[in-house]
Amino acid sequence: MAGYLLRRILLAGLMLFGLVCLTFVIANVAPSDPAALAAGPDAGRSQIEQARRDYGLDKPLPEQFLRYVTDLLHGNFGRSVATGRSVGTDLARYFPATLELVIVAMTLGVLLGVPLGVLSALRKDGPIDHATRIFAVSGIALPPFWFGLLLQLGFATWLGLLPTSGRLSVFTEPPDPITGLLLVDSALRGNWALLGEAASYIVLPAIVLSLPCLASILRVNRAEMVEALRMDYVVAARAHGVTPWRIVMVHALKNAMLPTLAIIGLRWGWMMSSTVLVETVFDWPGIGLYAVSSAIAGDFKPVMGVTLIVGLNFMIANLIVDLLYGVLDPRLRRA
Amino acid sequence: MTALLEISDYRLAFDSFDGTAQVLDGIDLRLEAGATLGIVGETGCGKSVLARSLLGLNPAPPARVVSGAIRFRGDDILRLPERGMRRLRGRAIAMIFQDPASYLNPLLTIGTQMEDAIRGQDAAAGQSKRPRSKARALAAELLAAVGLPEPARLLDSHPHMLSGGMRQRVLIAMALAGDPALLVADEPTTALDVTVQAQVLALIARLVAERGLALMLISHDLGVVAASCARVAVMYAGTVVEEAPTQALLTNPLHPYARGLLAAVPDLDHPEHRPQGIPGSIPGLITPPPGCRFHPRCPIATERCRSEKPLPREILPGHAVACHHAAP
Amino acid sequence: MSAVAEQAVAAPPRRRLRLAVWLFTRSFSSVLGLVLVAAIVLLALLGPWIVPYPDDVQGGINLANKLQPPSWQHWFGTDEVGNDILTRVIIGARISLLVGIGITAAAALIGVPLGILAGLAGGRLREVIMRFTDLFLSVPGLVLAIALVAALGPGIVNAMIALILVWWPGYVRLAESKALSIREEPFIEAARVAGAQRSRILWRHVLPNSLSPLIVKMSMDIGQAILAVASLGFIGLGAKPPTPEWGAMISIARGYLPEWWWYAVAPGAFIYLAVLGFNLLGDGLRDILDPRSNRG
Repeated sequence: MAGYLLRRILLAGLMLFGLVCLTFVIANVAPSDPAALAAGPDAGRSQIEQARRDYGLDKPLPEQFLRYVTDLLHGNFGRSVATGRSVGTDLARYFPATLELVIVAMTLGVLLGVPLGVLSALRKDGPIDHATRIFAVSGIALPPFWFGLLLQLGFATWLGLLPTSGRLSVFTEPPDPITGLLLVDSALRGNWALLGEAASYIVLPAIVLSLPCLASILRVNRAEMVEALRMDYVVAARAHGVTPWRIVMVHALKNAMLPTLAIIGLRWGWMMSSTVLVETVFDWPGIGLYAVSSAIAGDFKPVMGVTLIVGLNFMIANLIVDLLYGVLDPRLRRA
Repeated sequence: MTALLEISDYRLAFDSFDGTAQVLDGIDLRLEAGATLGIVGETGCGKSVLARSLLGLNPAPPARVVSGAIRFRGDDILRLPERGMRRLRGRAIAMIFQDPASYLNPLLTIGTQMEDAIRGQDAAAGQSKRPRSKARALAAELLAAVGLPEPARLLDSHPHMLSGGMRQRVLIAMALAGDPALLVADEPTTALDVTVQAQVLALIARLVAERGLALMLISHDLGVVAASCARVAVMYAGTVVEEAPTQALLTNPLHPYARGLLAAVPDLDHPEHRPQGIPGSIPGLITPPPGCRFHPRCPIATERCRSEKPLPREILPGHAVACHHAAP
Repeated sequence: MSAVAEQAVAAPPRRRLRLAVWLFTRSFSSVLGLVLVAAIVLLALLGPWIVPYPDDVQGGINLANKLQPPSWQHWFGTDEVGNDILTRVIIGARISLLVGIGITAAAALIGVPLGILAGLAGGRLREVIMRFTDLFLSVPGLVLAIALVAALGPGIVNAMIALILVWWPGYVRLAESKALSIREEPFIEAARVAGAQRSRILWRHVLPNSLSPLIVKMSMDIGQAILAVASLGFIGLGAKPPTPEWGAMISIARGYLPEWWWYAVAPGAFIYLAVLGFNLLGDGLRDILDPRSNRG
């Protein structure tokens, strides 16, 4: 088990280094000149050269790379050339909003996806199964940005039930962050009005973000449950008189959960990445919106920072999944 | 007196894209309490399907009962609702399987699996489930009864840590949990090493004797059946072609297929007799041969065999054969 | 269902085809997928000849007619410069389909040969190819695409390039695993022992065996690529208005919500139906071609 885990961690570390290389390469194949951008639109040649020296862009690439890596190790993601602010500080400010959104959406996805998957596996080829199948494929096919707009239109504008955008009303003073997650912070402070407000703002974006994830958990869980329910050990459990509930919820589901977990890990990363769409639609002040507005401005230090953060999240999620695999599957513990 | 188990004219079909396969075609068998019956036949002759029918384990669809009855202590199992069937599983009829590696859940401990079975049987019987600790105590007792050392440690193990023989013992222990009257063993030794096979067969024989169990042992291996059962039924393509006391069948097989089966067994006492195969292969069951299903491979088939299905006839006392040409 | 489908794979060709058709037509969702895909392809092919207002394709300005609600003249209404939305959405089908197929085909053309090479060659070459592939898979697609577009500059061509770069590793994985599993098959061993050339093994055995999962994956990916291009268009990094690209149209339409809500509805619905069609089709194909891999 320890060996298995160590291998996984080493692999993740290697991937992380690869990711750093990748972002460096992307940033350096850019046809646009970052120095020109940093110097501003009206800068003359000498100012651009000055900026080039200031940002170390005149050094040879290997040296620039070395500096890039050392900076990252110190948590320094560089400076946004458009705003001049530190990307690291910006990321620290925007990341909690994204994390909160992803956690709520993932919770929704798992809490609905797994039971629906089990249900349609039990009612395989019946009307419920067909309905969930169409629903699941729809969940993957619906453009999140369009679905978000429709929900805004329906729930916010026409029904007036929920707010359309942002994390809180512009008139509400956000509390000093403890964790940075508004739902958690307001609960910790016992500020129930604020909790309610934060919850009402997160509902729509979380639904939009969770839908593809919910759909894919549902599909995998259904397929795996169908498979598991057909296994010999389920036949044996029935023959030995184990109750149907326990066969489904423990004997089969535990086996089906292994591949489902892998999908949950993958989807964690995908969700982080779809926040670029959802946050754009709902003006959610997270790293997705930050990446999009920077990308449009041609300011790619922030974009690379977001790429690294999302990649890091993806790796950690997969590492946790590997760990859970080890806990759930006794056959791995020995290996 | 009603028999413990009585199967009469049982027909089972499997529906598929290509049509309906008549997997079991009029099975008649009887088993008294405490009696032992072996069922032999080639792979695909329907013996495992028959075994699973006794516990309602054939998935329907595609399985479909066409006709007949399976009476256990007089009640027809085929007409029991799922709830009633559950009351029988483990408590009245228990089953052990071919490949113990795949019939144990890889992710659950032996203890959890046994406790679940014990408590599930309580629930099916309409009693309140006994607490896990009690179920665990019984499980440990059962593991000891099948000759497994250190039951307490075993209960906390996962199946992959056990050898094939140990796993099969665990499955046998599990089958005993509800103190059943009938044990159905479906190829219990096929997946095991030869040396372990003998141990498992001896264990089954001991348990049958000690507990007064009735045994239905299914195997493709005549030797295995001969060692454990007083009577043998030979199945071919979904029908029982011959049923007789084991000794009578071994010394005086009357059906041409049974003769062929015996001729195919290597004889260690007379190695100069080369084993003989039966020419041809088992027929497809979607469009089985008309009349006697064995006639295309039969050396003595006549016109009658091609058109008329032979019914079992008791040719010698206790020795029934389904063949137009059978004679003592 | 899949027990029957497994038989389909093992059965002889003609019966297999008949069974495949039977299985496919028996599934409502597969047929729906086929119908949707056929409809999108037809719209894309016939687009310029069937649109009600051919002048609006290039984006003329007709302010007197702007932001009309849906009516018999304009089924989906008109946009902010008076163009017929139906016309522009139909022309958008061309762009999306072309882009979706283009991205998928290019990704497969890069990925499949690399994957087969890795799988058959083994050893260090395989290690290098696969680690390089993993690298691209270590960042979820959309963010990587945005990073690439940010570096290359916005625009539909750069968006396509970025998405091809995001998509090819999936095909390496698929082809490699197929090649690897086929390499282990006894019949390849037999062919090798018999002295068959590597290229012949590749041609006769590996490619045909990889074809089913490849077709399934490509069908799914065309849908996902259409969605990804529209997403980039929506956030302003893909096609630029007045190109009638669905995502870009929604991005403009967003500014006219909620009063002129119909503007956003039609392009989004077309994206949804197109992606749904390709996904259902891929799903249906998987059930009959590749029943064992039931992964979402």
